[in-house]
Amino acid sequence: MKVRIKFAKSGAMRFIGHLDVMRFFQKAIRRAGIDVAYSEGFSPHQIMSFAAPLGVGLTSHGEYLDIEVRSHAGAEDMKHRLGKAMVEGMEILSVTALEEGTKNAMASVAAAEYSVRFRQGYAPEPGWTDRLLAFYEKPVVMVKKKTKKSEVEMDIKPYIYQLSAKGEGENAAVHMIVNASSSGNIKPGLVMEAFWKSEGKELSGFALEITREDTFTDLGGEEGMHLVPLDAVGAGF
Amino acid sequence: MNKLALKDEILLQVEKPARYIGNEVNAVVKDKELVDIRIAMCFPDVYEIGMSHLGIQILYDMFNRFEDVWCERVYSPWVDLDRVMREENIPLFALESQEPVKDMDFLAITIQYEMCYTNILQILDLSHIPLKAKDREGWDYPVVIGGGPCVYNPEPIAEFFDLFYIGEGETRYRELLDLYKECRKGGESRKEFLRKAAKLPGMYVPMFYQVEYKEDGTIEKMEPMEEGIPKTILKEVEMGISDTYYPKKPVVPFIKVTQDRVVLEIQRGCIRGCRFCQAGQIYRPVRERDVTMLKEYAVEMLKNTGHEEISLSSLSSSDYSKLPELIDFLIEECGERKINISLPSLRIDAFSLDVMGKVQDIKKSSLTFAPEAGSQRLRNVINKGLTEEDILKGAGLAFEGGWTRVKLYFMLGLPTETEEDIKEIGALSNRIAAVFYETVPKEKRVNGKVQIVASTSFFIPKPFTPFQWSPMCTKEEFLEKAYMTRKAIKEQLNQKSIKYNWHEADISVLEGVLARGDRRIAGVIERAYRKGCIYDAWSEYFHNDAWMEAFEECGIDIGFYTTRERSVEETLPWDFLDCGVDKEFLKREWKKALEETVSPNCRAQCQGCGASRFGGGVCMESRKG
Repeated sequence: MKVRIKFAKSGAMRFIGHLDVMRFFQKAIRRAGIDVAYSEGFSPHQIMSFAAPLGVGLTSHGEYLDIEVRSHAGAEDMKHRLGKAMVEGMEILSVTALEEGTKNAMASVAAAEYSVRFRQGYAPEPGWTDRLLAFYEKPVVMVKKKTKKSEVEMDIKPYIYQLSAKGEGENAAVHMIVNASSSGNIKPGLVMEAFWKSEGKELSGFALEITREDTFTDLGGEEGMHLVPLDAVGAGF
Repeated sequence: MNKLALKDEILLQVEKPARYIGNEVNAVVKDKELVDIRIAMCFPDVYEIGMSHLGIQILYDMFNRFEDVWCERVYSPWVDLDRVMREENIPLFALESQEPVKDMDFLAITIQYEMCYTNILQILDLSHIPLKAKDREGWDYPVVIGGGPCVYNPEPIAEFFDLFYIGEGETRYRELLDLYKECRKGGESRKEFLRKAAKLPGMYVPMFYQVEYKEDGTIEKMEPMEEGIPKTILKEVEMGISDTYYPKKPVVPFIKVTQDRVVLEIQRGCIRGCRFCQAGQIYRPVRERDVTMLKEYAVEMLKNTGHEEISLSSLSSSDYSKLPELIDFLIEECGERKINISLPSLRIDAFSLDVMGKVQDIKKSSLTFAPEAGSQRLRNVINKGLTEEDILKGAGLAFEGGWTRVKLYFMLGLPTETEEDIKEIGALSNRIAAVFYETVPKEKRVNGKVQIVASTSFFIPKPFTPFQWSPMCTKEEFLEKAYMTRKAIKEQLNQKSIKYNWHEADISVLEGVLARGDRRIAGVIERAYRKGCIYDAWSEYFHNDAWMEAFEECGIDIGFYTTRERSVEETLPWDFLDCGVDKEFLKREWKKALEETVSPNCRAQCQGCGASRFGGGVCMESRKG
């Protein structure tokens, strides 16, 4: 059976990179005594798929991974066991079963919601939130995106699905939903950088405190997107 | 959660911030208000190396089992963070509490290799603790304790430490901590505590000893400066090896460390008595752990860590008498849970090849032999009981079993070594390759040919070995020997199957000085550190020029410590320590070495080294025949 695990990452754990989070879960699943399925071959590994990698420094309330289990004693039991295998800053939020044939976590990702704040001492002068919203109203949002080979200029406006800003000064926060799929992933910092550039300023690399609020899959069709959290497609067991 | 000691800005600009945040699985966090003693346990190298060390895990577990103690960990900040901490004057902190090391009661540093000495100074300096013990007055600073194999000659770093614990940590720390509590409660001075500590077994407090030198620079005598301070210090040894502290819940790092697995120490000590090997002497007598205990711990440790690999640790695993039983158990236990078993330091024979075939992917693994010397003559000198027949036979069996890669380890510069001995390194490598081509028919050769990697390190005489009196080569001699080896390999018929690597010579020379140095070397270490030397064990950060300048400025002649032949009558800097093995035994072994005579191993025939005084282990086993 395929199981989708939703977890939160906060505090000191934001400094643990994606590959190490994967290693952490492999070990946590063993500690929890989950009857996980392994691949075949001489060096078998746990069958596991993570949704969207989270950058170092970011916290999250909506990370996902899928595993395959051979047997279980119900979702509550599994959530409890996994919860006990966590450390401070890693919290299991939900455990749901996936129907046979569901796309794995990584392939399911369409978008992610972020909230962006300024670190202490980095908050800009009041009044910028209105200008940010005006910036977002423009038909195109051009950014320079670095690829492996070169730097390309591209319009990221179609990949920003929602953007709002609240508060001023230390309390100001920007909310955005952006494309997070493997083909068109947009980092929230890129949007903020583009805005700062439009103001003729450089944004310090350390200025932003970013939280991923959730990760979504798209259940919509021809008529448009219908974003739901990745665990909404799972069921209790 | 505790506030991190480092700001986000810093953690996001340094490499691998996970080195500095603590919070790992099984890390112990206590309420500091509820403990009496706080210890920062330090391995003075980068996190990934330090976290791989078993000794710290054992002591960390032991200290934290004491209700009145909170032991935390600290490692050397990597060079990037080192720079930031100096620039911003950030004090070094312990991982668990993220609080300054300076505020702890003890800073306990394990000293595993000589090339970490400047990192010890880095730790003290970044902690804002004066480098020298004499400048640490009152209780403003933690008591700085050193332990580990390098304390068998602590003299080059003696002035940086308040106290050295000589020997195995399981036995006396409780007494030392009780003494500390009593002294603090009684309002006694730091010096008074150290004076009382110096009278506990296994404790060496350098400030209470004075060294006098002869005109030729050798030691006249080393004496305690006060009544009641012991003249010699006998190492501590845990004889109840199956009933002592061992971590059931070792800390699990987030990032990949060198030893990313459960480590099961199956025995301590080694019966072999190779004459160059310090570990083979200082960990005597050999003590095996009860197999029942090991099985229980293996299961518990795997469950509590979630590691996907378990490794057996000892100086020579093949000599562990219950090895087949233990391995069968592990194969059964681990196979089901997809856990890998790694078996280092196995002698290559039919048994070990059979086991390795079961637990490893033969195509990916290689065979390791450590003949240490090319010729049988020289192997007799060093008492390496491995014969050419053993090697060729083992290699033949392995090639039949499908192995195609062989690693060979040799040392250059061993006592009495001649050009002939060096040429034999090439010849032996060639004969191993030849065995492959004779054994494996052409159509069955997986990669077409055999891959032999011969590596040489340079021999460094170490204290408390029969070779402690031996001269060491100069850098030029070492390099000459390495070129000779390369040439000898190039001349072989199968030279295309043999790759040759050699170690850096100038690092070896420095290690030689630090290994057999005396108190006068401390000034050189401090100067080198002031010139920016840290991470000397990392060749990319080793600055030989800075070290050479430091020697020059201190007026220290390197040759006095390396190339000089010491008389067996000379008082050596470490003679005030008693490692459990008699000096007379070492002298006998040194003589036998020069006569090219081998000594049987402890199980075959007792050589009367003196370790039987501890009343246990291999010394008390009933001998065959």
